[in-house]
Amino acid sequence: MRALVIDDSRTMRRIVAHTLEELGFSTVQAGDGQEALDVLESGDQVDLACIDWNMPVMDGLTFVTQVRSRQEWRSITLMMVTTESEHGQIVRALAAGAHEYLIKPFTPDAIRDKLDLLGLLPLEEPV
Amino acid sequence: MSLTRETFDFVADLVRRRSAIQLEPGKEYLVESRLLPLAREGGHSGVDAYVTSVRTGRREPDLVAVVEALTTNETSWFRDSTPFSALRTHMLPALRAERPVLDRLRVWSAACSTGQEPYSIAMTLAEILGPSTRTEIVATDLSDQVLNQAKEGRYSQLEVNRGLPAPMLVRHFRRSGADWQIAEELRRTITFQRHNLLDAPPLGPFDLVFLRNVLIYFDLATKRAILGRVHRVLRPGGFLVLGAAETTIGVDGDWERVPVARGSVYRPVHGGTAALPTPRTTATAPTFGVSRPAPTFPPATVNQGVSR
Repeated sequence: MRALVIDDSRTMRRIVAHTLEELGFSTVQAGDGQEALDVLESGDQVDLACIDWNMPVMDGLTFVTQVRSRQEWRSITLMMVTTESEHGQIVRALAAGAHEYLIKPFTPDAIRDKLDLLGLLPLEEPV
Repeated sequence: MSLTRETFDFVADLVRRRSAIQLEPGKEYLVESRLLPLAREGGHSGVDAYVTSVRTGRREPDLVAVVEALTTNETSWFRDSTPFSALRTHMLPALRAERPVLDRLRVWSAACSTGQEPYSIAMTLAEILGPSTRTEIVATDLSDQVLNQAKEGRYSQLEVNRGLPAPMLVRHFRRSGADWQIAEELRRTITFQRHNLLDAPPLGPFDLVFLRNVLIYFDLATKRAILGRVHRVLRPGGFLVLGAAETTIGVDGDWERVPVARGSVYRPVHGGTAALPTPRTTATAPTFGVSRPAPTFPPATVNQGVSR
């Protein structure tokens, strides 16, 4: 599994990427929506994108809309990871095509729980 | 580990007597991590000092606080998501297939902690069942403290981040200051009550019983007794959901494993107490939805869980 971590804060990118790597993902990082689109355009096969909302150049919501408009990127799971926490904003992000929404601050367990919901965790529980 | 033997033995004995939960040697870390916040809050230098003061003071509120700290679990929404997908894809279709009209559905969420499990069940039922099915969830826990939070249905941002799907959040919650508040129509479907699993169960019958991640704390005889009580209040066609690491196999032979949700779902078997069930190996939902004769129930044991 490969994840694209998009956030203008390098510290935040590192925290999210580290958590995903602990769960078995390989990661690639981008500092804004446009950089993230460039990563996808380069042909990098990504299963999951974790997306901040407020970023320079291109914000997270625009990135989500762009990805959703492209047939070849339809299989990418999109999760907003942001401090934006109003009810209406979550509704907007979901309507634009985000699959999940994680509000900062969060614990590593919260990322794990969301990936479990999205069916992106390796099966490790006993049968 | 800095806990003294005396501290651990006192806490283990207190918790066993009050809740029947066994804290085996080796669980010192659990005692220390759960009691440290209380020790700090009381201005003690550490857990040993705190427990010594509880032991010598013998004040009831302190004793209750210790038991509650050790018996309360951190819990997340749709915790271990497989039972909830099995509820959606197997259990509810099977219950529907067995009854001409599913006009009423009763669920017991045992050891419900701060309410995430019963609310997750309520959200799933609201999604799958139409308004023609009246649902009632009885949610019980030993701890008044967690029940109060559960009843209030108010959760912090950190709590709603734990495994709650965003579409469910926007559908069933509203912002309330820095917190999130569960919608009233969802709260109305749940009755919260204090209950000790060692006492007579809440008034049945139930179609579904969720008893997850709690049997692991009990010894074999207590597990068997609890499963027996659950068996009595579960409808013959109903389902029991245990935690991922729990099983009835080798504990109580009156259950049949349903091959969904990684083996954590069981149905009651009636009249065959001696044989232990063999897990089924085929999973074609809802093949276990065979129609059965109208169920009969033992006389209801009326104890609404008030054991104080």
